[in-house]
Amino acid sequence: MLEINDIIKPENLVYGKTPVLTDSVMHYCPGCSHGVVHKILAQVIEEMGIQEQTIGVAPVGCAVFAYNYIDIDWHEAAHGRAPAVATGIKRLLPEKMVFTYQGDGDLAAIGTAETIHACNRGENIVIIFINNGIYGMTGGQMAPTTIEGMPASTCPFGRTPERDGYPLKMSEILATLPGTCYVTRQAVHTAAHVRKTKKALVKAFENQKMRKGTSIVEVVSTCSSGWKMTPVNANKWMVDNMFPFYKLGDLKNE
Amino acid sequence: MGKIRGAIVVDTAKCKGCSLCVEACPTKVIELSREVNAKGFHFAYMAQPQECTGCTNCATVCPDSCITVYRLKP
Ligand SMILES: Cc1ncc(C[n+]2csc(CCOP(=O)(O)OP(=O)(O)O)c2C)c(N)n1
Ligand code: SF4
Ligand code: SF4
Repeated sequence: MLEINDIIKPENLVYGKTPVLTDSVMHYCPGCSHGVVHKILAQVIEEMGIQEQTIGVAPVGCAVFAYNYIDIDWHEAAHGRAPAVATGIKRLLPEKMVFTYQGDGDLAAIGTAETIHACNRGENIVIIFINNGIYGMTGGQMAPTTIEGMPASTCPFGRTPERDGYPLKMSEILATLPGTCYVTRQAVHTAAHVRKTKKALVKAFENQKMRKGTSIVEVVSTCSSGWKMTPVNANKWMVDNMFPFYKLGDLKNE
Repeated sequence: MGKIRGAIVVDTAKCKGCSLCVEACPTKVIELSREVNAKGFHFAYMAQPQECTGCTNCATVCPDSCITVYRLKP
């Protein structure tokens, strides 16, 4: 009879940790989407063979320590300023592959101006946008992206447009700008969605190689700690409540 | 009992017991252990090893890259 140890051999390996991810244990909460996106980003960098040439710009937010986990060159930006920093890097070092990695508080609140103007200038960068609907790092406050009725620590009974304004669809806005070439909204809650998001990241980096303009990959994400749910329930809540508002798929693909 | 085709190895020290791999497994191979690791998390393990097909779904959704997957080539 075949034993498990007959299978666990190097020649049978079909999925292992990419060497582009460091051995550091991630500080993220159990089940956090950030970990999944870091992983597939590292896989894409490995598979495209661009580890030496890639420069990431880390945000302020839970992903502030992204530079500890993906073994490439990084630059840290002040809150929301990642697209401006990436602009400078890409213009000075055009042969580098440059991306920003930003939460929704970073990209859609304090950094709205930098985001919109970088995209409107058509900067040849990739923007990875983790939309978990709240400010995770600081304790789950309402963000511009918090959907109607969604509770947050600063709107415990749910967002009401009369008081709090309407949730902001950043990707839809960015898709209207001529500087963007690719705007897509993905998720990472199932293996199939993870694989699709990975393909979207590859496409975004290929666009940069072809100097096509700004590519935005939004990932609708969970923050189980901020949402006060188990990771499994957070995924279900996201499917039932976030996806009807933040519809998955390509918004622009030129 | 299925024919053994695949197997996973979980880095139990790194696992945070989020259960996303448990949900992702189409053949219900994985459960969370009763014991905890040094961080206090109930780590994932192969409760039904004979059912594993080596599909890689669990490893694909794991946020902490704890799972290595092996599959017998046909
Ligand atoms: C200039 C400035 N203003 C405010 C803060 C406080 N702050 C830190 S993280 C954060 C929000 C992060 O939320 P998000 O970008 O959605 O990322 P997440 O933590 O959810 O991944 C804020 C407001 C700061 N660090 N700097
Ligand atoms: S607070 Fe939310 S966004 Fe931050 S690590 Fe935890 S789950 Fe992830
Ligand atoms: S998905 Fe990863 S971290 Fe979560 S329980 Fe499974 S092995 Fe552990």
